[in-house]
Amino acid sequence: MNNHTVLELDNIHKVYDLGEVKIPALQGVSLRVAAGEFVAVMGASGSGKSTLMNLVGCLDRPTEGRYLLDGQDVAGLSPAERARIRNRKIGFVFQQFNLLARTSALENVELPMLYAAVPAAERHERARETLALVGLEGRENHHPSQLSGGQQQRVAIARALINRPSILLADEPTGNLDSRTSAEIMELLERLNRAQGLLVVLVTHEADVAAHARRIVLMRDGRILRDLPVLNRHEALEAVHHILDAAAEAESAAASE
Amino acid sequence: MDLRIVFRIALRALARNKMRSSLTMLGIVIGVCAVIAMVGVGQGAEQQVQQQIESFGTNTVFVSSGSPSRRPGGAHMGSWSVKTLTVDDMQAIEREIPLVRQCAPGVMSSAQIVFRNQNWFTRVMGTTGSYFTVRDWPLLAGNMFGDDEVRRAQNVVVLGKTVADLLFIAEDPVGQTIRVKNQPFQVIGVLAPKGQSPWGDDQDDRIFAPYTTVQKKLSGQNWVQFLSCTAISREASLAAQPQIEALLRERHRIRPGTDDDFQVRTQSEVAQMAEETSRVMTLLLGSIASISLLVGGIGIMNIMLVSVTERTREIGIRMAVGATEIDIQRQFLVEAVTLSLLGGMIGLVLGAVVSALIANFLGWAVLISLKAVLVAVVFSTLVGIFFGYYPARKAAQLDPIEALRYE
Repeated sequence: MNNHTVLELDNIHKVYDLGEVKIPALQGVSLRVAAGEFVAVMGASGSGKSTLMNLVGCLDRPTEGRYLLDGQDVAGLSPAERARIRNRKIGFVFQQFNLLARTSALENVELPMLYAAVPAAERHERARETLALVGLEGRENHHPSQLSGGQQQRVAIARALINRPSILLADEPTGNLDSRTSAEIMELLERLNRAQGLLVVLVTHEADVAAHARRIVLMRDGRILRDLPVLNRHEALEAVHHILDAAAEAESAAASE
Repeated sequence: MDLRIVFRIALRALARNKMRSSLTMLGIVIGVCAVIAMVGVGQGAEQQVQQQIESFGTNTVFVSSGSPSRRPGGAHMGSWSVKTLTVDDMQAIEREIPLVRQCAPGVMSSAQIVFRNQNWFTRVMGTTGSYFTVRDWPLLAGNMFGDDEVRRAQNVVVLGKTVADLLFIAEDPVGQTIRVKNQPFQVIGVLAPKGQSPWGDDQDDRIFAPYTTVQKKLSGQNWVQFLSCTAISREASLAAQPQIEALLRERHRIRPGTDDDFQVRTQSEVAQMAEETSRVMTLLLGSIASISLLVGGIGIMNIMLVSVTERTREIGIRMAVGATEIDIQRQFLVEAVTLSLLGGMIGLVLGAVVSALIANFLGWAVLISLKAVLVAVVFSTLVGIFFGYYPARKAAQLDPIEALRYE
């Protein structure tokens, strides 16, 4: 497994300018993630983890700071150039699945390839292969409404993988799923991470979900509070609970001050 | 992205809301249909006028008495109110202007005509047999009066088709005697139908007699209202015009600087005037119809705006997986153009059907030209682009983060 740095965030600031008030969402975040890592980003709502995800996903640009993706500075790119980066280097998995309604699984998976100008024959073949990879062989022509939540999320994962991205961003991927399906989805992500060396960055506030990761990042008030590597699931679970307890204590301490 | 794929996506998006898409298209359908039918009617009229003018003979030069112009302070001398144009003038033109092949005089009068218990009020025109050569107007039955009848001012008439049909229900008119202003005239011929003149009167509601007969026995005048001449060619008719003017000014002793007491017009001039009139009509009909096309365009814009709002999340998804602003803009623009172009095509077919119905039931001449078809197609595409641009722009400028969160 090659361990070159894929994500390099350097003192990233993000301020939302609402005219009269300026809201700082990120206040100096620095983070390095290498290929093949599985990172869980945790934190309460408002901690800046969604903002971080949007920046990492090139959906937004930082107010200040340097962001290198695969060695390329993407902080100052134009909207069209960022669209291209999203298309080629980033795969998104959302809590709401975000599949196109009344469109077959196959066509949903093909969507990113349409914007990458992949020829039709190759599109179909790759989409079929990727659907098989996530365990949806034979469901190619089903519409999202004909699939279960877990199956829909599998389609979304296949879509995210289709252009062979450097990084998979999963924003609460199990938020709308029951615990058994959640475990299945997480196992799929873990398998992809391990078998294909796919870099996965996961945003969640569920300990069980975060426990699949091998690195736990806790955010608070737009900063990274903790950044712990873990060896296995057991250690991860411990770390998560430890982190969450510490966070709760800090929270109550801040409140009593 | 491949334009064929864009087109396919657009078609599918439109098919998803069939009712809405067809109602939106209906605006364009009606607009294009109206343009095609109205312009068709206009151009049909144009063509009909053209044919009517040609029915007057293409090389014709028309000399009428009376001044064409109206000067401030001076009395206007209307056509045919001046008594200076004579048959001598006509003979002088024939003699001295070689570009003119022949001329025929026109002496106009009107009279009550009676056959047994049928009677009719119509116009009587005195002329010579050559008038019918000039006008290229054949007989249906009987004979035309010749120089002999003219010289002797005989009581003979040739009937226009309308008059013949009105007076004679069962009998053969030729050889019968009718009374014109209570004088007996023998019917010697019936003319073939000629239809309407460019200014809309029935040319067949008329009877013809030797001009000498009309002058002496019916109207008591020694002048003529007009001369109808043929030039040797179309170009010659234009060249002959100033020569005739010069000759008549000399003969009528009109001093330089004074108005003519006659007017010389060529068929080409009349044709141009009539063409101009019907072209203006076509343009007017076309522009009124275009307004409905415009309204259809606004309908497209309206629906596209609704569609952009409804599909905000879809736009967000597409942007997240790599669609650029241009991709999104193109997708919505193609959708709008597909709506308008498809509407245009249907409107075209419907317009052709409506034109055929107008032609059949109203008996109007309707002409669908390739130009009108092209204009309709191009125009409906432009409507789609124009009214689709703003909604497409709006879609393209959505913030992907906001769009993904949109419920």
